[in-house]
Amino acid sequence: MSDRADTPRSADAGLLLDGPDAPDTVRLALAQTWRDPPGWLGALAAVNHKTIARRFVATTFVFFLLAGMLALAIRLQLARPDNRLFGPDVYDTLFTMHGTTMMFLFAVPVMQAMAGYLIPLMVGARSIAFPRMNAYAYWVFLFGGIMLYTAFALGSGPRSGWFSYVPLAGPDYGLGKGSDMWAQMITFTELSALLEAVVLIATILKMRAPGMSLNRMPIFAWATLATQFMIIFAMPAIMLASTALILDRLVGTSFYNPALGGDVLLWQHLFWFFGHPEVYLIFVPALGFISSIVPTFARRPIFGYTAVVLALIATAFLSFGLWVHHMFATSVPQLGKSFFTAASVMIAIPSGMQIYCWIATLVTGRLHVKTPLLFVLAFFFILVIGGMTGIMLGSVSLDLQLHDSYFVVAHLHYVLLGGAVFPLFGAFFYWFPKVTGRMLDERMGHWQFWLFFIGFNVAFFPMHLLGLHGMPRRIWTYPAGMGWSTMNLVATVGAWAIAASVLLFLVNVARSWRHGKPAGPNPWGAGTLEWATSSPPPPHNFDAMPVVHGRDPLWDPPGRPAHVTGLAADAREVLLTTVLDAEPDLRSLFPTPSIWPFLSAVATTVLFIGSVFTPWAIVWGSIPVAITLTVWFWPTRRHHLRALALERKP
Amino acid sequence: MKSCFGALHARMRDKTQTARRIIQLWCCATGSACMTTLAHALPNQNVLAPAGIQAAHILRLWNLTLIVCGVFFAAVLAGVLVAVLRGKRADAAMTPDLSGNTRPERGLRRSVVAATVVSVVVLVGLVVVDALTDRALSKLPVARALHIELVGWDWWWQANYAPDGGAPGFTVANELHIPVGRPIIVSLTAGDVIHSFWVPNLHGKKDLLPGIRSTVEFRADKPGVYRGQCAQFCGTEHALMAMFVVADPPERYAAWAAAQRASAAESADALAQRGKQVFEQSVCASCHTVRGTRASGALAPDLTHLMSRQTIAAGRLVNNAANLTAWIRDPGAFKPGATMPPANLSDPDLRALVTWLGTLR
Repeated sequence: MSDRADTPRSADAGLLLDGPDAPDTVRLALAQTWRDPPGWLGALAAVNHKTIARRFVATTFVFFLLAGMLALAIRLQLARPDNRLFGPDVYDTLFTMHGTTMMFLFAVPVMQAMAGYLIPLMVGARSIAFPRMNAYAYWVFLFGGIMLYTAFALGSGPRSGWFSYVPLAGPDYGLGKGSDMWAQMITFTELSALLEAVVLIATILKMRAPGMSLNRMPIFAWATLATQFMIIFAMPAIMLASTALILDRLVGTSFYNPALGGDVLLWQHLFWFFGHPEVYLIFVPALGFISSIVPTFARRPIFGYTAVVLALIATAFLSFGLWVHHMFATSVPQLGKSFFTAASVMIAIPSGMQIYCWIATLVTGRLHVKTPLLFVLAFFFILVIGGMTGIMLGSVSLDLQLHDSYFVVAHLHYVLLGGAVFPLFGAFFYWFPKVTGRMLDERMGHWQFWLFFIGFNVAFFPMHLLGLHGMPRRIWTYPAGMGWSTMNLVATVGAWAIAASVLLFLVNVARSWRHGKPAGPNPWGAGTLEWATSSPPPPHNFDAMPVVHGRDPLWDPPGRPAHVTGLAADAREVLLTTVLDAEPDLRSLFPTPSIWPFLSAVATTVLFIGSVFTPWAIVWGSIPVAITLTVWFWPTRRHHLRALALERKP
Repeated sequence: MKSCFGALHARMRDKTQTARRIIQLWCCATGSACMTTLAHALPNQNVLAPAGIQAAHILRLWNLTLIVCGVFFAAVLAGVLVAVLRGKRADAAMTPDLSGNTRPERGLRRSVVAATVVSVVVLVGLVVVDALTDRALSKLPVARALHIELVGWDWWWQANYAPDGGAPGFTVANELHIPVGRPIIVSLTAGDVIHSFWVPNLHGKKDLLPGIRSTVEFRADKPGVYRGQCAQFCGTEHALMAMFVVADPPERYAAWAAAQRASAAESADALAQRGKQVFEQSVCASCHTVRGTRASGALAPDLTHLMSRQTIAAGRLVNNAANLTAWIRDPGAFKPGATMPPANLSDPDLRALVTWLGTLR
């Protein structure tokens, strides 16, 4: 493999080529080549996937904290009956912002952001595919989030719920700019998510290390791949729906106005056609985290690799067949409902299968009990309860009682926190040493875990009972004498325990960032490629490109050759491999850092925000977008000459 | 030393008192001392205490599902516990056990396959039981049913009773009376945004959708008062959009219905007559209807027999003269965002108005 690339090229004088035996100068050249440019202008032009992903994860985490504070405010309001801490409109804004932030600005993007960091390292690549698009997607996301929170701070926050049902969010009842801001935030985040999906799919399919055929790919990469395809199919539905909503509100179309031939259920179908897969957009990557953490801490490869991968793909497909279970209380015909019940119940099978495989792995392995594993073990408790209540909600008749009650609030938090946030914190503990080179403190980790676990159950378990005792969702207050007061107070106490645990995590991160125990390349003794390089990884990820001979490259007996050689060290050259078998296919010269993705994102933001106020913004706003995109994509002579120079002369 | 402690003690006592005062103030400000709201125990609003056959069907399914899911949950937890408690611990330096890569783990595979097959069978069973429950719910015998049209408005309920056995129909608001043992067919629609009808003791939810008509069928088998409230987020006062369903023995229901069909009674009392004039001549009449008077507004609850209801403002306040007066003076104080404007009436007018409303039995 190696000789094919380097024999003719090494003859060319002046080419610095990489390889396991290359001198230190080559390593320095690689680092120099892939480094982000210095200065604040350089920070805006950065395209290194690790830089972008670190910012992305940090940004989503800030949104997580903001939404968490909103949740605390919600819980304070509900702590006692007839509470007047907030009025109804403020409360409605609080829960709308909480749900919207958690779903659109935290849960889905944080999974893509984590993948943006980990995937190139896991598949043994120097970069992510389309690095400038990756940067652009991040900036667009950031600006969308800032826009929503600016509107919120100025008192124009949305208050029609994160699901924005029409006609409540339509022109006649959703007064003010709140719903426009909400709909436009969708445009921002979905644009970002779709671009990230393209970036990640291309990376996984074309940039894997030689030898990493699909059946050797880490399960996290499989989970990410399945998720990104789901995004590509699910997101257009919500973009269509929210665009129609903006049109109804801004230019008087009547997609959703029954008085003018529109249909209020159209929104619900489109929204949930996206909204249900969205739950799995959050859940499936988390399954990937678990499949990474479980083998490492059970000291054995995962049991049932094929079954787990097929289960992930089955989940991705089935998740598109459940959306109507959010609409059982509407006038959907009975037969249709039964179909969706069956689909809703059946999606438990692939999840169950994965749980059995993990338990099999844990039972036959020898456990190394550290904080990441604790968070995964909590998953088995919390997510399984959430899954059980999910089966209940999938049943038409039970759903009629449970739907839109606090039972659903309990269910969705058991699923989303148990299924995504607990594994995500496990992932933070697991990969923090890779990103920073230092370990998070274990003792604080244990404290955080137990506070979180207990606080979570104290906060959310009573909500099951509240729902059964008739408490509907999204109510800003409730009268005394309903029998709901004590359980609501308990739930509020639990919410504060969760807040304390998150605070502990922040302290842990702040302290460990500088003073944590140095990690070394592979502190957990894991088997996947991201642990093959130093912690934190150098700008170019790997000094020499690895060749893969099994599913756990660092565990499997070493194979020959161990590396490919011959990529330029003084140019951003990457190796592309074939989709199925990851055979070396092409060398490609990747783009350099550029300020234009940032400027394009600014132009896009002006267009999007302007169009909330006047449809004409679409016209004049597209001019700067066109200019910035054109400059961004304009080929430079230098890049062209460089690519020619690197060409192998026949 | 002692005096130092004493001073400290005094300061602490001061602080506790201040804290207590702050808490008291906060409690007042947050409205916990709102005497006029429904402070007494409210009627049942509970999935687990069915008072009708539909809710009972659903509760049976709930119990079965809960048991099945509980067993499954216990099994998974047992598996995890076995994994955690058995065997020795490892550390990061331990060489991973790769034997599974070369030697197929047959026993393990059999267990996982068995667990999956059992899950599939149980889940299919649940789907079947669920379909049977759906069927049972849709098979409610509806001969001699009582038909009611329910319209959801921001933020109250309008109920139009259909003509029944030759007697004409009538309209009420926020409080339905139904005969025990007789099937009820409620036809649902909404006047503005989506609402949802949910009286958990009787049946599950059904949405009230603008532009679309749907129906829900149920039957009360036990006499009693059941509370329900809007279950679909419908804007500002979604939380305060409650209703009561009073299930009466058939004779009592018949008496109630007969009374509701009648127009408002004339009152001989001079103050009440003045109140009626106030009502007819102020903004009240442009939204409310009182049959038998000139008030025929269609935007707000029909008040013909206002005093036959237990609450006002969709379950917000106990229906009595004091609450009526306070409500009419400033609805927003009890239900911020309510569409009813504050009445711009002089005190004597208001007193007359409430006196007249008090005659609408």
